Amino acid sequence: MTPKRRQKLAVILGALALAAVAVGLTLYALRANINLFYSPVQIALGDAPIERAIRAGGMVKEGSVVRDPQSLDVEFLVTDYVDELAVAYNGILPDLFREGQGVVVVGKLSTDGRFIADKVLARHDENYMPPEVSQALEDAGYSPADYQDQPVEAAKRE
Amino acid sequence: MWTFIHKWGSPKWFYAISAKVQPWCWAVSLILIATGTVWGLAFTPTEVNQGQGDSFRIIYVHVPAAFLAQSVFVSMAAASLVFMVWKVKVADMAATVMAPFGAVMTFVALFSGAVWGVPTWGTWWMWDARLTSMLILLFLFLGVIALRSAFTRREGGSKAASVLAMVGVINIPIIKYSVDWWFTLHQSATFTLTSRPLMPMEMWLPLLIMVLGFYCFFIALTLMRTRSEILRREIDKRWVRDLIKEAQ
Repeated sequence: MTPKRRQKLAVILGALALAAVAVGLTLYALRANINLFYSPVQIALGDAPIERAIRAGGMVKEGSVVRDPQSLDVEFLVTDYVDELAVAYNGILPDLFREGQGVVVVGKLSTDGRFIADKVLARHDENYMPPEVSQALEDAGYSPADYQDQPVEAAKRE
Repeated sequence: MWTFIHKWGSPKWFYAISAKVQPWCWAVSLILIATGTVWGLAFTPTEVNQGQGDSFRIIYVHVPAAFLAQSVFVSMAAASLVFMVWKVKVADMAATVMAPFGAVMTFVALFSGAVWGVPTWGTWWMWDARLTSMLILLFLFLGVIALRSAFTRREGGSKAASVLAMVGVINIPIIKYSVDWWFTLHQSATFTLTSRPLMPMEMWLPLLIMVLGFYCFFIALTLMRTRSEILRREIDKRWVRDLIKEAQ
């Protein structure tokens, strides 16, 4: 490598490193805005603004879904296994919505701490499973939901 | 060793050797993609754990396309670096022909993801970190293509496009780790070559075959299009004129 080329390579790599540091710091400073949703523990700590359009996310707590038989009203708890958030929603839930599955709810946090959702999005994870495997796991005494521990890990990282 | 690498920098050598490699790449990629498509669409069981059913089969296009989108950008940036530092013209030609393919792959990944999002998430778009950084990747590809053609002299366009490609590479780790660093609607990585697959073999193997098939397709297409680019740019060279004479 000639000295001229070596210098050029050093300049390019140096500029790249600087740019990477700049982008990295920017993203770090903006991390609260880049996160798509607040987790229940952040809401419990009072990080989330009240009466403003926000998103919250976590797992639908097992056995917490209460449907009103007369209307489309549904209430459930979203949990990150540290704290819980009560969500009220009126509308049609996505096909993948179920207890133990991840959700992202879009709406407003009311002053009494309940979340009034305008929209419920299902969140799926990387645990894809064909019928036989799912059956085999159930026979062995596991529930497929046992494998959906990702939001717990996400909560630990915070 | 070094002389061997240096030979690849010669358009004439590249043109001759790629003619021999290219048919094999096409054959392997076609076999892999055909096998993966039939296996993934017809023989792989449906997904039940999360109630996705057959819509999960989009993974067999979505994941390979997303892999390729990022790999093509890294390859393009590497070729740009070789061009900028060592002034290898073939590297610039390769970078030129990679950009449109990368843009197409990024679009396929975004589009198939949107189609997948409707039945699973309940929305086709969400400004989460993974989707947004992938959209930025598409704009980077388009920017590289546009910048290259915005100059009257090719040299200027090549340099400007190379700089954008090299700086744009910073976006790649952001795409990759976006699902780990931030809360996103998008799931974490399904498919890694480094750790034990999370999905059972009958779902994972066709995906592996599709990813490898897409990579072979990328290599074959890049070789083919670089050859055309060599002929276009070296049209005044003696060896190209001899080649044309022979063909007539």
